[in-house]
Amino acid sequence: MAHRISVKNLKAWFGNKQVLKGVDLELSPYEITAVIGPSGCGKSTFVRCLNRMHEVVAGATVEGKVEVDGENIYAPHIDPVLIRRRIGMVFQRPNPFPTLSIFDNVIAGLKFGGGLDRRRADEVVEKCLKMAALWDEVKDTLHRPGTFLSGGQQQRLCIARALAVKPQVLLMDEPCSALDPISTARIEQLLEELKKDYMIVIVTHNMQQAGRVSDKTAFLLNGELIEYDDTKKIFRSPASPLTEDYITGKFG
Amino acid sequence: MEHTSKSYEHELKELQDKIFLMGGRAEEMVSQSMRALIETNADLAKKIIDEDKILDQLEKEIDELCFNLLALRQPTASDLRFIVMNLKMVTDLERMGDLGVNIAERVLELIQEPPLKPYVHLPILSQMAQQMMKEALDAFVAKDEGVARRVLSQDDGVDHLTKQISEELIELMKANPENVSRAVKLTSIAKYLERIADHATNVAEKVLFMLKGEDVRHSEDSVA
Repeated sequence: MAHRISVKNLKAWFGNKQVLKGVDLELSPYEITAVIGPSGCGKSTFVRCLNRMHEVVAGATVEGKVEVDGENIYAPHIDPVLIRRRIGMVFQRPNPFPTLSIFDNVIAGLKFGGGLDRRRADEVVEKCLKMAALWDEVKDTLHRPGTFLSGGQQQRLCIARALAVKPQVLLMDEPCSALDPISTARIEQLLEELKKDYMIVIVTHNMQQAGRVSDKTAFLLNGELIEYDDTKKIFRSPASPLTEDYITGKFG
Repeated sequence: MEHTSKSYEHELKELQDKIFLMGGRAEEMVSQSMRALIETNADLAKKIIDEDKILDQLEKEIDELCFNLLALRQPTASDLRFIVMNLKMVTDLERMGDLGVNIAERVLELIQEPPLKPYVHLPILSQMAQQMMKEALDAFVAKDEGVARRVLSQDDGVDHLTKQISEELIELMKANPENVSRAVKLTSIAKYLERIADHATNVAEKVLFMLKGEDVRHSEDSVA
């Protein structure tokens, strides 16, 4: 099912410090959107606002709307935990649960949400590890700890874990910045496969990665959305001189 | 070995296929223009002139592909050489097509009058130029250094035959002023064929750069 996200006048603070200053954009299904910008521009905060992770930080506040298929996820009656299932997140540092096996890591979100019988668990684990392009590497060692895997494998395990709860959207906050180039290439190829079924938003400080994997790119600077367009357009002929300066390495 | 990114692999293949298609069309235009001369076929000559827009369109598509690859993929090493050389090669192929059109235009003019003489050396020259075009493209697709170098070695033969044809035609012009109009057009055709061969040489040089990172332009060592 195709899901759309509309971000309307999104503002965010850490205490008194405003880090997002009214961002408006529309995210389309089955696309990868890259969010780029210099350190401190608000790109991670923006993405964390899309699944109500920002408010987990003490003193953090949000204003504005994030509408998923027309429903504002910040409406008073909305349960943020459910939002975080629908809009899954993969973080910069791979974080498999250290005390759990590979198998149990994949189904951790389902177990916490309610009962899961063994047969169903086997099916989910195999399906999600295949989707994350990890199954062949771990199918004979599913009961080993997740932390025994390499960095790239751990990150793919985290993606499998996110996929197991059947999200509508995948958010990724610099998912490859801790990985070597080969692991990065594998994750990027995985993203090309996953976008056939999911909307994906990826924060990256690696502009070249944004060019390689994304369909659309949003450039943030000092908490403001400077430009949002097809990635080809951004990297060939950006409309804003600020975007031009950033992607050509003239500042940041 | 293929790139991890399947879409990148696909884009590079698409670029190669378009170059090969464009080169094949340009070669066909040259071949048919000579056929139009020998058969005094005005319809065929007009068809060649009309087909030039297909080559122009391919040129734009290839430029667009290369531009996107450079902007979005940050190619390095052999990928970078491949994409940059394709960008330059497309100009040679487009010029070959234009020269095929030029030949067709002279053919349309020539067939208004009886042939000046039986065409013996011009078809041979055309065949040599076409062979160089074909082998340059083969070297590109097969990534074959030997074939690319063979193309370079054939250019002198083309230059020599072009000179011979020009001298024959000069003698015909001297012999009778009524021959001048047709002889000048035939000389033009010979020159166009020589330039086509030069462009085939350029393509072969670019193939060598793609394969070896070696710039053999303007060098006598490039010949096998």
